[in-house]
Amino acid sequence: MPDAPDAPDAPDPRAGIELTDVTKRYPGQRTAAVDRVTLHIPAGEIVVLLGPSGSGKTTLMRLVNRLIEPTSGTITVAGRDALSLNPTELRRHIGYVIQDAGLFPHMTVATNVGLVPQMLKWDRKRIAARVDELLELVDLPPDRYRARYPRELSGGQQQRVGVARALAADPPVMLMDEPFGALDPITREHLQDSLLGLQDELGKTIVFVTHDIDEALKLGDRIAILDKGSRVAQYGTPQEILLSPADEYVEQFVGGAQSMRLLRFSRVADVPLGETPTARPGDDAAAVRDRIGDADDAFAVVLDDAGRPVRAVTRDDLRDAAGPLGERGAPVPEPLHARDTLQRALEALIQTDHDRVPVVGRGGAFTGTVSLATVQDAVRDMRRAAERRTAGTA
Amino acid sequence: MTGPPAEDTAREPGVATGRSRESLHTPTGRSWRALIQPAVIVAAGAAWLAYVENSGLDSIARRSLALDYVARKTWQHVELTLVSTLVVLAVALPLGVLLSRRRFRRATPLVLAVANIGQSAPAIGVVVLLAVLWGIGFWTAIVALVAYGILPALRNTMVGLQQVDPSLTDAARGIGMSAPAVLRRVELPLAAPVILAGIRTTLVLMVGTASIASFISGGGLGDLVTTGVATQRTPVLLTGCVLIALLALLIDWIGGVASRVLGPKGL
Repeated sequence: MPDAPDAPDAPDPRAGIELTDVTKRYPGQRTAAVDRVTLHIPAGEIVVLLGPSGSGKTTLMRLVNRLIEPTSGTITVAGRDALSLNPTELRRHIGYVIQDAGLFPHMTVATNVGLVPQMLKWDRKRIAARVDELLELVDLPPDRYRARYPRELSGGQQQRVGVARALAADPPVMLMDEPFGALDPITREHLQDSLLGLQDELGKTIVFVTHDIDEALKLGDRIAILDKGSRVAQYGTPQEILLSPADEYVEQFVGGAQSMRLLRFSRVADVPLGETPTARPGDDAAAVRDRIGDADDAFAVVLDDAGRPVRAVTRDDLRDAAGPLGERGAPVPEPLHARDTLQRALEALIQTDHDRVPVVGRGGAFTGTVSLATVQDAVRDMRRAAERRTAGTA
Repeated sequence: MTGPPAEDTAREPGVATGRSRESLHTPTGRSWRALIQPAVIVAAGAAWLAYVENSGLDSIARRSLALDYVARKTWQHVELTLVSTLVVLAVALPLGVLLSRRRFRRATPLVLAVANIGQSAPAIGVVVLLAVLWGIGFWTAIVALVAYGILPALRNTMVGLQQVDPSLTDAARGIGMSAPAVLRRVELPLAAPVILAGIRTTLVLMVGTASIASFISGGGLGDLVTTGVATQRTPVLLTGCVLIALLALLIDWIGGVASRVLGPKGL
């Protein structure tokens, strides 16, 4: 295993998971728990297995690391035939996170996190360094948490340690079985955001099991909605699932208010941003006025040295102005982040006096603006795209 | 990651959890106070002996209560207890582990039935029966004691392993532990408190039951009791009883300390 985390923009294309015609039949049961499922899980994506209890979603996930042995079919994990590998060896290269974290209560946080590297015979120093690095990564200061026992942590902290343990040997693939199911809504929300943040950095292939549609829509790059016997009722992006459910079962599962939901799970980063002229305090006011143009609502965003938006200047502000821009204009509204949802953007737009709200990327640098029209167009585009895609596949 | 983790504020170290943390990390706790009990037990034994030796014994009683004789009998008693307990553990622990494995789980009722017979049969009957079969002496007594004491150790081992949270063994397998590693690193440590309690019970049970070894010349403090009865010397009889009781208390204390020291931390 390489030490450095995979770059997010270039996940190893072989790090995906292929399930082909996989069946699991328990002796003495008439119907198969998993019935000839074929599923392609692309490298570097979060794929959510979503279904009610009894749909076999956990069974399907556990087939991947062979905690359950399939009756027939083939499973390829990260380019290797999982069924021909030693299952214990296989599992050491697949991260595993379960509900309630599953930390060993008689081991300290550091021991828990270092278990897999230890089994892979890393030397002591390297394990200790890796443990600290991981605790840092999941926002638990190592000095404070390293020597604690799981009982001394809150549920959310335990699950952070659980995630750190799964990441310890930097596996390309992670399996997460309802990891946030037992947490209170606020902690759950927070850990979901943390996971998305981590995924931005690490770009793992993640299979995530849940029965919570909102969690699925929020986290999934793709969602597989499962019916009895792990029948894949629909497999697609959150937008596709929301906007063109494949059948009645999916429709029922997703429920109503699709467009509002769409806003909650689409991100500002996913929509084309409006282009707005920018300026620096030192720029010549007249030149900026020319850049703004003559539209009624036109304005320029004034950036500070780090490229962060500070003020907005309109044509009116610059009427008859000469010399450098200086402190002219009004403060900009609180900027949106690329990770924010469209719902958040909508709220910001409704609350502010302006019809555009600035958007910032890494380090708070200005990247563009959103308007009501941006949001409206985005929803329309997503609906059309989803309809096209389902029409194409049907 | 965004913002300060909300759940962090729930448990600041050193405030609400400070005390429990300390107890987690120092399993033996207030160690000097733990030493009061054995001191009291030893003092009580010495006081009793001093009292009896100076209570105007006749020659028969005096011979049976000579200090080196009493010391030898006490040591024999300890030997009977320890050897039988070791044999019990050597049988019960592996058997308990084996019966908790999925493959052998079906044999559980059968094995428990046999162990139950061992415990419910009157120990004194078993000891005499075995003496008839194999002759008298130390090892026959050990066999009888083992038959009598295997159940608690066996049952505690099985119960201890069964009550390990299945999600933890699942997590252990899921992160790539082999089956022996799951047993050694997760199941046994988590079952240790219950198993150690079983060992403690066995030890105390063995101290009391070892008295019957005297009936088949197995030695031990039971000799004082039988001599006291046979010669109608009450001080001898009482001394045997008192020393057995004090020995049981002392061994129970050792067992308690052992389970605190050997038990897993962090639970």
